[in-house]
Amino acid sequence: MTDDPGRRAEAEKRGGARRRTVSAFAQAGAGFLSEAWDRLGAGRTVAVIRGPETGLVMVRGRAGGGGAPFNLGEASVTRASVRLDGETVGHAMVLGRDGERARLAAAFDALWQVEAARGAVEREVVAAVEAAIASADRDRRAETEATKVDFFTMMRGED
Amino acid sequence: MYVAVKGGEAAIANAHRLLADRRRGDRSVPALTLSQIAGQLALAVDRVMAEGSLYDPELAAMAVRQSRGDLIEAIFLIRAYRTTLPRFAATRPIDTAAMVIERRISATYKDVPGGQVLGPTFDYTHRLIEPEMAEDAPVAAPARRDPPEDAGHAPRVTDILGDEALIEADGEGKGAEPADLTRTPLAFPASRDLRLQALARGDEGFLLGLGYSTQRGFGRTHPFVGEIRIGEVEVEVDLPEFGFPVVIGRVRVTECQMVSQFTGSKAVAPKFSRGYGLVFGQLERKAMAMSLVDRALRADAFDEERRAPAQDEEFVLAHCDNVQATGFVEHLKLPHYVDFQAELELLRKMRKAAGATDETVSGSKGDVEVVQ
Repeated sequence: MTDDPGRRAEAEKRGGARRRTVSAFAQAGAGFLSEAWDRLGAGRTVAVIRGPETGLVMVRGRAGGGGAPFNLGEASVTRASVRLDGETVGHAMVLGRDGERARLAAAFDALWQVEAARGAVEREVVAAVEAAIASADRDRRAETEATKVDFFTMMRGED
Repeated sequence: MYVAVKGGEAAIANAHRLLADRRRGDRSVPALTLSQIAGQLALAVDRVMAEGSLYDPELAAMAVRQSRGDLIEAIFLIRAYRTTLPRFAATRPIDTAAMVIERRISATYKDVPGGQVLGPTFDYTHRLIEPEMAEDAPVAAPARRDPPEDAGHAPRVTDILGDEALIEADGEGKGAEPADLTRTPLAFPASRDLRLQALARGDEGFLLGLGYSTQRGFGRTHPFVGEIRIGEVEVEVDLPEFGFPVVIGRVRVTECQMVSQFTGSKAVAPKFSRGYGLVFGQLERKAMAMSLVDRALRADAFDEERRAPAQDEEFVLAHCDNVQATGFVEHLKLPHYVDFQAELELLRKMRKAAGATDETVSGSKGDVEVVQ
């Protein structure tokens, strides 16, 4: 496990830009990915080299929120690995049991590694997914904020 | 005498066919869709995910539908399903401080940073059945208000108290792999990580009753809700194929920080003690009950005498799992013809020895049932 903050930071740094893009692909809908692939990946061959395979991850929490880890419960996940045009290997793991979504996410991970395609994938997929998540979060925050209690104090006595 | 019993295949097949019919009900009424169940019976689905110990709303909705709304049956289905799947990895511990908050309240601090945010709560409703529920009346869109610049910054209340050293800390986060009761059977004494896992998947009703018992004096803890928060957190996994951690999605969780009365000694100044509740989904009652029971089970940590059921680790952990409980209770309805015949024989012998008359012994219906 990488509970140690130093090792964690190092691992995250190693991930760099790809860490961000893989996370975006994992959180995109199957419909969106499929439509984007028709645009950006047309004519390329995607060979599945592993999966899509559904399994579990054990989700962990921490006692008290910040203490020792404990096993909260599992979540279903699906993973896939593909080879793009016989060269570039891409991987994905997504929450849920949608094999096609995992396959497409892995295909995009591979496509992003292709220098010529990277710009378009960043713009049209990664940025779009991040914008959609941010927009949904903004909506939820605004709806939640409207339920915030504004306390006011009643004057009592003479002062 | 041993009587082998066979038969029943046709009856069982027809019973299951009848079950399918009754489950579907009136064919002129549209069948429930999974998105209807996951969307409109979301808290039932959450309970199935929490106690089934598997986060997958669509699958939980299928289980609710298959079980005709019998949630413990649905939880059983989820538990059975998970045993068919390989486990790929464990996630990094989720960070509840970074939650996208949908509800967050504190009963201890009115002006807590981040505010008191009610979210979609049943609290303050009148608990009167609304006539609109009988029809598909239009529902207004939620009110909106622009969040302040620092929105999303809602420190955990226990961290605020912790800054003043008034409350016990979370404890160290390092050390061994957490215990896992899905891999190793429960053993006592249990570590806190094992207890929290068992409670997180434990039966809401059982834990609610135990939590209530602590409030009524069976293991007093004088609790306050330091904070309840509900919202989505990112799930991050270290995957060897990448060599770095990636976010694979989000899950909704409910966290409860229960703050209980002081503990201290000559060497250590008194502090508030804590109980912790964390569950999948929006399950406030369950998270609160879990935090009360977690605190009660920490009796040893505070040199408290274990006298009440909620403080008895074995009693709580061995009985809080509703799949185990239902298995053992419900197995009683399965054929016990031979067992029962043995008891009958024994009883006859005892009565004979005690001098009961033959007439009162023979001719009971019990004989007939045994031979079927």
